[in-house]
Amino acid sequence: MERIVQQLINGISLGSIYGLVALGYTMVYGIINLINFAHGDILMVGAYIGFALTSIFDFPFLPALLISMLVCGLLGVIIEKVAYKPLRGGSRISALITAIAVSLFLQYGMMYFVGPESRTYKDVLPGTQVKVFGTGAVIDIKSLYIIAITVSLMLLLQFITKKTKVGKSMRALSEDRDAAELMGINVSRTISYTFFMGSALAGAAGVLVGVYYSTINPLMGATPGLKAFVSAVIGGIGIIPGAVFGGFFLGMVETLVSSLGGSLFKDAVAFLILILVLLIKPTGLMGYKNNEKV
Amino acid sequence: MTKLFSKQNLYKTIFVITVYLTVMLMMNSDIIDSYLFLNLVSIGINIILAVSLNLITGFTGQFSLGHAAFMSIGAYTSGILTAKLGLPFIVGIIGAALVAAFAGVLIGGPTLRLKGDYLAIATLGFGEIVRIIGLNWDYAGGAMGLNDIPRYTTWTWLFAMIVITVVVISNFISSYNGRAVISIKEDELASTSMGVNASYYKVLVFSMGAFFAGIAGALYANFFYFIKPDSFGFMKSVDILVIVVLGGLGSIRGSIISAIVLSLISLSLQGIPSLRMVIYAVILFVMMVYKPQKWFGKLKRTIRKEA
Amino acid sequence: MELLNVNGLSKHFGGVKAVTNINISIQQGGITGIIGPNGAGKTTFFNLLTGFYSPSSGEITYHLEEVVTSKRLKPQKMAKYGVARTFQNIRLFKDMTVFDNVLIGYHCNLNYGLLPSIFRLPSFFKGESEASQKVSELLKVFNLYEKKDDKARNLSYGDQRKVEIARALAASPKVLLLDEPAAGMNPNETRDLTKLIKWVTDEFKLTVVLIEHDMSLVMSLCDKIFVFDYGNLIAEGTPEEIQNNPAVIKAYLGGEVLAQAE
Repeated sequence: MERIVQQLINGISLGSIYGLVALGYTMVYGIINLINFAHGDILMVGAYIGFALTSIFDFPFLPALLISMLVCGLLGVIIEKVAYKPLRGGSRISALITAIAVSLFLQYGMMYFVGPESRTYKDVLPGTQVKVFGTGAVIDIKSLYIIAITVSLMLLLQFITKKTKVGKSMRALSEDRDAAELMGINVSRTISYTFFMGSALAGAAGVLVGVYYSTINPLMGATPGLKAFVSAVIGGIGIIPGAVFGGFFLGMVETLVSSLGGSLFKDAVAFLILILVLLIKPTGLMGYKNNEKV
Repeated sequence: MTKLFSKQNLYKTIFVITVYLTVMLMMNSDIIDSYLFLNLVSIGINIILAVSLNLITGFTGQFSLGHAAFMSIGAYTSGILTAKLGLPFIVGIIGAALVAAFAGVLIGGPTLRLKGDYLAIATLGFGEIVRIIGLNWDYAGGAMGLNDIPRYTTWTWLFAMIVITVVVISNFISSYNGRAVISIKEDELASTSMGVNASYYKVLVFSMGAFFAGIAGALYANFFYFIKPDSFGFMKSVDILVIVVLGGLGSIRGSIISAIVLSLISLSLQGIPSLRMVIYAVILFVMMVYKPQKWFGKLKRTIRKEA
Repeated sequence: MELLNVNGLSKHFGGVKAVTNINISIQQGGITGIIGPNGAGKTTFFNLLTGFYSPSSGEITYHLEEVVTSKRLKPQKMAKYGVARTFQNIRLFKDMTVFDNVLIGYHCNLNYGLLPSIFRLPSFFKGESEASQKVSELLKVFNLYEKKDDKARNLSYGDQRKVEIARALAASPKVLLLDEPAAGMNPNETRDLTKLIKWVTDEFKLTVVLIEHDMSLVMSLCDKIFVFDYGNLIAEGTPEEIQNNPAVIKAYLGGEVLAQAE
């Protein structure tokens, strides 16, 4: 029983991190139809910023998190303006390759400047363990922090998309770009906001990953990035609740597979699910079909 | 393309034989040493990979981000056949091609309904699955890979395979099959109403592209002695795609030249690891934004007009 | 001789009834028109006829070289059966030459196979030259031969339409379905198109079914007209009968539309 509760919490924490990053993918895809391959590497940058702030400048956890989010958000906006905006209206393959180029740039640029070795996070969150009432399970308080923060951020995002002007512009743009423009929505600004929010979330995820797993390195964004992307597709790429759902779904499944002894294959599981979803319902478990007019 | 024995074909044949003999000569007289030959092999393999991917993505418009997986399958097949089972190279190559082609059917079939980004993601996923299977397959060495693969790849084998790849794919493209796949890329709906069986052709080109990528894998394995799953990951697929895009989607000649140019650039940057990738990233970015491939295409056309 | 029989044909998409209980009989030869306001289900009808949609209920039966019923209607088989179509928004292969576009139309007649293609066996050369010849003839007939190496995207709208029709004809069809061929054309182009369609029907001994909004074209070309409205067949008859049919006039909201056609 303790095992189950522990794994449940693990799955939820992992899933919530995937969900955070998946949100960024899905928002960007929904608005400009681009798979932002560099997104996972923004997570990495966020992790390093958090590392620098906590280890070198002795910042406490929450301020480090917030600053990292801010910087990553701005980084996302810059990347969009410099790399993606010139290619708006071009071919999909060009946009994809550009995104890959940005990803490589971030990864190896970071490696060039800080070196390829892993760094270890300072302990900024209490390392205490907490007993879960009645079940005898023992979990890290870090997991609870992660879940609390990610859920808060998701709720915040929900609030922004549903209630604010920016959020409404985002939704309008992802539904019908031309109509949105004709209604006076400032496309460029909305796209920038979208990138800001998505990247900020990725930055937060980076700090959380650093805090939870302790070690970081320049290439750490690749695999979580890919998996978060898979989560977004599972839930339906372009659909915000889908990203959250997909994230938790993948987190739970991976933790389950891992706990059943298949830790070697847990990475493959993500891609197997991806392919299954693509074959059966490519628009995602929460998606809707978009038929081509003959 | 009206006669088999035309002047154009004669010139092409002479060119091909000349290249073959020249390099042969240069190797025998040590102008091309083992280091240069290594570069030549890398370039040759990239040519085969680029042309075969171009068939799938450039001509038929099927976005594939998993081409390296076919290379991997071919490499491992040949590696196992030659190293573990002691069979001759010809068996290794044919085995590699056939197993990879079969994998092409496996990926082409189920993904028929997918288009654009979704297809790209699916092929990426497929590539990752192949890599992870390789990492966990102990018979083939797992993460440590397969080594002691006999070095059978010679200039003759390499060149022969390049020529076969280019000729087969070119001939395919300039036939009714080629027109059919191009029409699928242009407008699948209209193409279908004219009688083109899109499903058949999509699976066919995946299979053919995989066939040649498998051959490239065999050439790789039997030259570099040693292969591991991570050599054929997503980044390799991206590398090949970049070569194809730079040379021009739908241009075989472009793929060949682009493979040569990009391989040379990549090899010249070998000395500086991290910075090399940063430079590569910048080159990619410049390529996409400033589209030198368009100038390149114009250059080709002007040269042809002058000729 | 009856060429096409449509019996009780209906198609629903969820709650939307695109076409309901269509009964149409088309004889061999001649030009039949399908008219009706936008959204009446005309293109859906064409899509059903060409296998892009399968009927929710009812039957479609072609009496061609073989009898083909709805069950066997698959889009990629239509050309082989002898049914070719054009599209409302011209669907040419934009980056291919005019020649190659029409050559694709000939695809269903080419089957020299994969190996002869690769190994350049004699059947390849024979097939290619036959195809080239047929396409050249067609292009000359349509006055497009000089433009054969131009990219389709560079042609004028009217010429693009002609190429689309030529492409359909390259399949040597018995039935030609034209979906709004005059869409986007000025009166001069429409007049030329009207003459072209008449000539093509007679020259190639076709049975033509066309969807159109341009009444001058419809009334002067068609032997028989079927009128759709809200997915239902509301009238059928000769051009004179249709012009005077109250239900048709009502569907178009006023007789001005039809009166202008005279």
